[in-house]
Amino acid sequence: MDFSTLKSLLIETFGEGIIVQSQDNTPQPSITVAPERLVEVCQFLRDDPRLYFDFLACLTGIDNAPAQEAFEVVYHLDSLVHEHRIVLRTFTPRAAPTVPTLSHLWRTADWHEREAYDLLGIQFEGHPDLRRILLPQDWEGHPLRKDYEEQNTYHGIQVKY
Amino acid sequence: MTLPDFQTNSIKTGDGGILLTNAEDLLNWARLSSLWPMGFGLACCAIEMMATYASTYDLERFGIFPRPSPRQSDVMIVAGTVTFKMADRIRRLYEQMPEPRYVISMGSCSNCGGPYWEHGYHVVKGVDRIIPVDVYVPGCPPRPEALIGGFLKLQEKIRQEHPLAPKLLLEMEQEVILPTVDA
Repeated sequence: MDFSTLKSLLIETFGEGIIVQSQDNTPQPSITVAPERLVEVCQFLRDDPRLYFDFLACLTGIDNAPAQEAFEVVYHLDSLVHEHRIVLRTFTPRAAPTVPTLSHLWRTADWHEREAYDLLGIQFEGHPDLRRILLPQDWEGHPLRKDYEEQNTYHGIQVKY
Repeated sequence: MTLPDFQTNSIKTGDGGILLTNAEDLLNWARLSSLWPMGFGLACCAIEMMATYASTYDLERFGIFPRPSPRQSDVMIVAGTVTFKMADRIRRLYEQMPEPRYVISMGSCSNCGGPYWEHGYHVVKGVDRIIPVDVYVPGCPPRPEALIGGFLKLQEKIRQEHPLAPKLLLEMEQEVILPTVDA
């Protein structure tokens, strides 16, 4: 299924307001969805036999700089059966970043969301085990934020060069 | 029964079946001829380290053979990027090694942080911030020849040691060699 058909199918199912924004003429066309409606859209994308997106290939968190006041989360979905793919985007305010979890739909989301939480501090609501995955548990701050300041010492070791 | 011929040098050269040396040299020789490193690696330097152990470069011809436990190891090769998460573990492994113990820092990352020196919030800027280092091997990663060179340097260092001398004597010797300068 190509991108425009998929888009019209989404509008047909959820109504005109479901797509906040869409990038059509890019190598990887994407659809932006409000975080409140993310779970129902993803549930539909996964379960509908015409779509059958059974594989979450990647989940990315992006800090769009303090000036823009927003974090973005990007989902790359893939259907191994139909061999089509889609890029889904959602956004959340920088001050209190919260996005619903998708770990109950795709198990991949579990660790990927933990990584996004670890490095950017995005809270995934309903996640079963939202701990840091790469950095030590007692690390301070989220390093991939644009305004990140590293701590002076960690366990008595100087952090800066 | 014929007595050894003390008039010639045969007894000193070993022709008479005897070698004369002192206990310290013997101890040092034994130590530097069987340096057993701890078998662990942290990043890409470990690949070069494994190549050095393997048949082409063959570290075992120096008596260097990796051990699976810090309790049996004489030397720790810090081969790779030391992250803060790993730093606590490295410090513990070093403390578990029996003395005398030596550390070879292999590659730019463990020497000084390497490419992560400025923006690597997660990297310890040199393993010498957590444990004392005897030999630094430069390179990114160092070739197997360089690691062998590091071992030869460590052997040179061990050859100069005084394992039997009382600590006080060594300190006094040090004072004689390096008198404190008062202006």
